[in-house]
Amino acid sequence: MSTETGPVIEPAQMPDGVRVPGDVHVRLEHVEKTFPGRGRRGVPQTALKDVDLEIRRGEVFGIIGYSGAGKSTLLRLINGLEVPSSGRVLVGGHELTALGERGRREVRRDIGMVFQQFNLFRSRTVAGNVAYPLKVAGMGRDERERQVARLLDFVGLLDRAHDHPEQLSGGQKQRVGIARALATEPSLLLADEATSALDPETTGEVLALLRRVNRDLGVTIVLITHELDVIRAVADRVAVLDAGRVVETGSVYDVFARPRTEAAARFTGTTLRDRPSPATLARLRAAHSGRLVTVRVRDRAGFQTRLARTFLDHQVAAEIVFGGISELQERPVGGLTFELTGPDGAVDTALAALRADGVDLIEEPE
Amino acid sequence: MHEFLTNLAVYREAIRQTFYIVLISVSVGGLLGLGLGLMLYATRPGSLSANRPVFVLVNLLVNVVRPIPFVIFLTAIQPIMLHTIGTTIGTNAVTFALSLSAAFAVSRIIEQNLLTVDPGVIEAARAAGARPISILVTVLIPEALGPIILGYTFIFVAVVDMSAQAGLFGGGGLGDFAITYGSQRYNWPIVYITVATIVVIVQAGQFLGNWLARRALRR
Repeated sequence: MSTETGPVIEPAQMPDGVRVPGDVHVRLEHVEKTFPGRGRRGVPQTALKDVDLEIRRGEVFGIIGYSGAGKSTLLRLINGLEVPSSGRVLVGGHELTALGERGRREVRRDIGMVFQQFNLFRSRTVAGNVAYPLKVAGMGRDERERQVARLLDFVGLLDRAHDHPEQLSGGQKQRVGIARALATEPSLLLADEATSALDPETTGEVLALLRRVNRDLGVTIVLITHELDVIRAVADRVAVLDAGRVVETGSVYDVFARPRTEAAARFTGTTLRDRPSPATLARLRAAHSGRLVTVRVRDRAGFQTRLARTFLDHQVAAEIVFGGISELQERPVGGLTFELTGPDGAVDTALAALRADGVDLIEEPE
Repeated sequence: MHEFLTNLAVYREAIRQTFYIVLISVSVGGLLGLGLGLMLYATRPGSLSANRPVFVLVNLLVNVVRPIPFVIFLTAIQPIMLHTIGTTIGTNAVTFALSLSAAFAVSRIIEQNLLTVDPGVIEAARAAGARPISILVTVLIPEALGPIILGYTFIFVAVVDMSAQAGLFGGGGLGDFAITYGSQRYNWPIVYITVATIVVIVQAGQFLGNWLARRALRR
């Protein structure tokens, strides 16, 4: 969006005024959601259990979980498309759970939403899709047209304004979806698996656009995904959802560099390859007779030099047999698996020394 | 053929009556059916304005009326006709009955076509803060417009068909003309000319419907 045209969706002009870092934008308190079972004898399904969550104004908050973990339900509680069975949902200054459907509709107009399958209106042009929320909000025609043009310019699709959705590629459709979601200049954007239907390259484009929405427009973004790569690319903080419960919350680096739960570790295991899988471990055991220890790589100056020195000092031979180092939020993360061999007790003292030095290590089970 | 020409005025009047009956029935029945169909769609469990009692009631009404053959339906509603339009015979009586009958058929067509609209699109409209009534009018109908137009075309043809029975109640029209002036007098040219006329009317309607639907679907 060029500065000459007088961008209306700059942070300073957001309806909520200036963004306050750390200010809570969305809060879920003890939220439970149970769906009635299908049919007369259906068993009620619990989708969310005792969920507490705090999303700060201006951040990109990721919610990661496998399918069926309750992500979609959680996201829809934030704009009131779903109502919790118990607990409170607060968005901006509103307590959604205290409002009726009419009140929730009002709040929804300040919350944008993008979808995995884009959900564009086939009966409308690209411009018509973006204009829809503005019509709902009752904006006059001239102003609406200006706003639609600004948004299409922002997502780089101004030249496709009069095309219909079926004439666009997947990535372009999602950009229209994002423009539509931003039409009313919301302070909050919900992204429901926004890149899951796209190929890797297009995924990158859409994620870059979401980043721009967050950084340039100051919009708080809550995104749900089952892909750690999406979280790594855009999220500041993350919650891991497993079987309807939030099992970990924190900065993306903290949660995935040192996962404390099995659920979080499963995601890092598949993407970061920081620990050998049981099958790999079995092969390593067959090939190496020494003790196998995995060290978590940390964002610390001279980390590996210290590791090497410790091993040398204790006359322990250390052979890297597995591992990988990648980046999370521009900081190194990963794991290195060593085969350690040395005189009696030397390995134990070396490991004790490393632990004393604050090194996070896991002795792989026999 | 000579006999047809002497009855040309009657033939013209029959065409006029058929158009009168069909156009009014399709318009009035179409509008009533649209309302009924939207109601069926919106009130069904899990839908935009789910309301079980209303849904069950309307659904039952439609299911009860729809299987009644038109000739019997027309007779059955004679008391209602007397109250509302003051007569039970003639063109207006037939048009009244046909409008009602068409409305119930249209309601199902509307309901069915709305049900095929992608729920994701409805969710997008809800997420934008749109009210249910606005979603019905500005999202659901436009999204299903192509098949809805084809549905109305189907109803148009069905109404032309049913309008042939108007003669039984003094309603006139092409069906009546074909029987009274044609088959009952063993005057086959009149029968065939009338049949051809009906075929032309139906074809024209079908052509228009297809053309409009193609435009709505952009295919």
